[in-house]
Amino acid sequence: GGSLTKLAYYSTVQHKVARVRSFDHSGKDIENEPLYEISVQEEITARLHFIKFENTYIETCLDFIKDHLVNTETKVIKATGGGAYKFKDLIEKKLGLKVDKEDVMTCLIKGCNFVLRNIPHEVFAYQKDSDTEFRFQTNHPNIFPYLLVNIGSGVSIVKVETEDKFEWIGGSSIGGGTFWGLGALLTKTKKFDELLQLASKGQHTNVDMLVKDVYGGAYQTLGLSGNLIASSFGKSTTADKEFSKEDMAKSLLHMISNDIGQLACLYAKLHNLDKIYFGGFFIRGHPVTMRTITYSINFFSKGEVQALFLRHEGYLGAIGAFLKGAEQDNPNQYSWGENYAGSSGLMSTSPDVYPLQRTRSGTFDMLEMDRLERPLVNLPLLKDPSTYIPDTVDLTDDAMARKYWLTCFEEALDGVAKRAAASQPDSMDALERAEKFRQKYWNKLQTLRQQPFAYGTLTVRSLLDTREHCLNEFNFPDPYSKVKQKENGIALKCFQSVIESLDSLGWEERQFALVKGLLAGNVFDWGAKAVSDVLESEPQFGFEEAKSKLQERPWLEDSYSQWLERLKEGPPHKCALIFADNSGIDIILGVFPFVRELLSRGTEVILACNSGPALNDVTYSESLIVTERIAAMDPVIQSALREEKLLLVQTGSSSPCLDLSRLDKGLAVLVRERKTDLVIIEGMGRAIHTNYYAALKCESLKLAVIKNSWLADRLGGKIFSVIFKYEVPCK
Amino acid sequence: VFPWFGLDIGGTLVKLVYFEPKDITAEEEEEEVENLKSIRKYLTSNVAYGSTGIRDVHLELKDLTLCGRKGNLHFIRFPTHDMPAFIQMGSEKHFSSLHTTLCATGGGAYKFEQDFRTMGDLQLCKLDELDCLIKGVLYIDSVGFNGHSECYYFENPTDAERCQKLPFNLENPYPLLLVNIGSGVSILAVYSKENYKRVTGTSLGGGTFFGLCCLLTGCSTFEEALEMASHGDSTKVDKLVRDIYGGDYERFGLPGWAVASSFGNMMSKEKRESVSKEDLAKATLITITNNIGSIARMCALNENINRVVFVGNFLRINTISMRLLAYALDYWSKGQLKALFLEHE
Repeated sequence: GGSLTKLAYYSTVQHKVARVRSFDHSGKDIENEPLYEISVQEEITARLHFIKFENTYIETCLDFIKDHLVNTETKVIKATGGGAYKFKDLIEKKLGLKVDKEDVMTCLIKGCNFVLRNIPHEVFAYQKDSDTEFRFQTNHPNIFPYLLVNIGSGVSIVKVETEDKFEWIGGSSIGGGTFWGLGALLTKTKKFDELLQLASKGQHTNVDMLVKDVYGGAYQTLGLSGNLIASSFGKSTTADKEFSKEDMAKSLLHMISNDIGQLACLYAKLHNLDKIYFGGFFIRGHPVTMRTITYSINFFSKGEVQALFLRHEGYLGAIGAFLKGAEQDNPNQYSWGENYAGSSGLMSTSPDVYPLQRTRSGTFDMLEMDRLERPLVNLPLLKDPSTYIPDTVDLTDDAMARKYWLTCFEEALDGVAKRAAASQPDSMDALERAEKFRQKYWNKLQTLRQQPFAYGTLTVRSLLDTREHCLNEFNFPDPYSKVKQKENGIALKCFQSVIESLDSLGWEERQFALVKGLLAGNVFDWGAKAVSDVLESEPQFGFEEAKSKLQERPWLEDSYSQWLERLKEGPPHKCALIFADNSGIDIILGVFPFVRELLSRGTEVILACNSGPALNDVTYSESLIVTERIAAMDPVIQSALREEKLLLVQTGSSSPCLDLSRLDKGLAVLVRERKTDLVIIEGMGRAIHTNYYAALKCESLKLAVIKNSWLADRLGGKIFSVIFKYEVPCK
Repeated sequence: VFPWFGLDIGGTLVKLVYFEPKDITAEEEEEEVENLKSIRKYLTSNVAYGSTGIRDVHLELKDLTLCGRKGNLHFIRFPTHDMPAFIQMGSEKHFSSLHTTLCATGGGAYKFEQDFRTMGDLQLCKLDELDCLIKGVLYIDSVGFNGHSECYYFENPTDAERCQKLPFNLENPYPLLLVNIGSGVSILAVYSKENYKRVTGTSLGGGTFFGLCCLLTGCSTFEEALEMASHGDSTKVDKLVRDIYGGDYERFGLPGWAVASSFGNMMSKEKRESVSKEDLAKATLITITNNIGSIARMCALNENINRVVFVGNFLRINTISMRLLAYALDYWSKGQLKALFLEHE
């Protein structure tokens, strides 16, 4: 680009993952052996990196590439933008690679499609005078068609209809170059950023002729407000008056923004489009221009068209050039996820706002995307994927909640770092890494205090996910692995007696006991020392104690009677999809008895667990071992497994929360094949922080115990309040 | 009562028409108030008034019949900032004693209404400017220009040698897109005498050209700005498609000569130092004109209209802009749209 070099590269990242493996128990002393073996292994995953360098540091950038270029078979480097011509010789000489120039617009659009498809909360609207100026949009399952208005030195307006079909439908010569060039002439200010700063301090009404300057007030017959600009620079039609730099810059900014907005609206109308994404250096990270463009679009379209912006707009060309180069591997066949640990977030492009980020000379903005093992898709049972929002509370919007949760995560941080270090007692550098983790996550939290919108909509989920990503970065893949192992072993020992006592109950009593059991698993923070002590000595007692802690009915959210009625009167469900939460008592003594009852009713069950570890949540591989052990004790589970009426799947996620729009494709296929008609979501993370308001096409149960007094207070209840939400879609 | 005068008080210019009766009977002559006589004499015997008022003699329409009266129609203009002096003069010449209504339109009819009343003892008859604009266009075309056609277009607008101004018959004008370029721009879709709507407008108009020229070149009149522009080279100021791509950008079907970024070359310090005031004036003119052409073309497409009439004082003695509008409309619409102009724009 004109002032920045954006570099996109692909790497394989070696990182540690925790694996579990079942022991061969034949002939061994089962009582005193751990349930399964935990090992930490090296795994290689694919990662996309994006880094920005200032062009003045182009040599540093090229050194960086040289140092990182491990694949000696690389012969070609794809380049786009004006600098592809300018720096061609330098790049070829220094790297010994052939520079392959790619068309700017093709790259831009390829990159745009990629981020729209793969990065949640990529798109945002700008809202002036609001506590949070950025309103992030949920990703629409169908991203086409859209209008891309690229405001570089001139303006290009491109209509994008499919992945490969796009058309230049128009443009304008009045663009960023006009602001810069004309601005430099008028104000003798040379830098684009300085011009914008001047503009933000100016008063355009001193330079522009307003409707009220012509009419004395509003032009009533047409409903044109008196403050509307009738003629840009209409007051400077005199040789003998001086105008301030600030005022002229502001007037120029309005003139250009309004003009671009007007043309964009005219093109949108002609082509019947209502989504316009704006990009280019005029927009890039500048709230001032986002604001004026948004105003203009609202004014000229009378609110019918929305001006939208992209978090990673500056990288589009680089991403596109990369994708061109990787066409053989077709990166579009994979799903990708933003790695919060390695990404610097929105607005870091402005070094004034975030000087801390500039650790490496010339680089100050980074984005990392991990290639996910398997493609992610929507849950087919979502009522309306285009309006589904996983998160219950938008912390970018809710300042009170934001303050609470940021503090909450800050206060918990020392404990998390300690646990991480303690989880690797044999490692020499665990303490050091734990401290690095603490520092990194602390900095992320401070960034988010300043710029809540840095990574899209701030939510409890994103805070949790960021923490997991940071833990992974410092090789703490699964700090809870041992805790989970121990709890799973203890809970398994109690399984049969829990089943026996349930079987001794009458039908109606049993249904209630099953639900209570499911909820009880959610009561305690199993990481707490007091609790684990109790568990170790008297596991059965712990489970009973948990039940006694539960709020008495009526619960805070209570549709148990309707659920019971449904079980009593209605036919058995065809197939239930259950999203499990914690390891140990939760999955083994809460979920499995419930599953067993469903199976006995003739309902098939798909049990979905996370692909990767998060807190003490049960992972897919752990669930396989646990299920195998339960099957050995319980004929109902055993035959269901054999007859494929009980199916274990992975969610594709490693988050303590749940995004129903990004689930493993295998899960989605199975849900469709088995004609799933009941979805059960349990736990605070999956049923309260996310999906509390999620609307599904089939019956659903959302249940959780609120273990946080602030949240309980918010929802109008007390700690250990129970949420039992049974929902039937309206006919 | 016959009105005699029509006034359009715009943001920058005041436009005054005066109907000079040529059929005055001896009886009338006798009855005529002395004041009217002196005003008539003052207006018709001068071509300039004060330091800024000008009568466009070449535009005078002769031997018109209007409301049963025969006479000549005169066209006078002066800057809006001289309105106070104009009202003062009206007061000194006892305009109020004429017992005539002063019909006025434009924003100034509202802005200066109070001044007319208090300083000149005159009650304005305020009329909507868009209504007046359409009435004016239709009337002026219907009476013709002293036997010639009022409406015209350019054939071969880019070819200096083959370019020709040709008459256009606007007898069946509807639907038409009317683009009025004053200080700002209003764009109207006209479907019949009474049925029209304002489609949109832009603040980048004549005032912007003039205002920017004053700041960039230090000129002080519109005529001076245009004169400078006629001697300038805008390609030194603007970044063209060929400056970026070395030629045409075929992927998008953009010709090399098209402007990619107005004032785009001015991002560079060296180039800022090497351009002349004339170049800057020309670039400003081209920028504003192309932009109006572009917006007008999009409106015409959206409204499904293929005739575009450009009027307003930005186009006065401004052949560069008119020919550019004619060319741009033709080129970018692949011959689907036609730009029309009026002698009394």
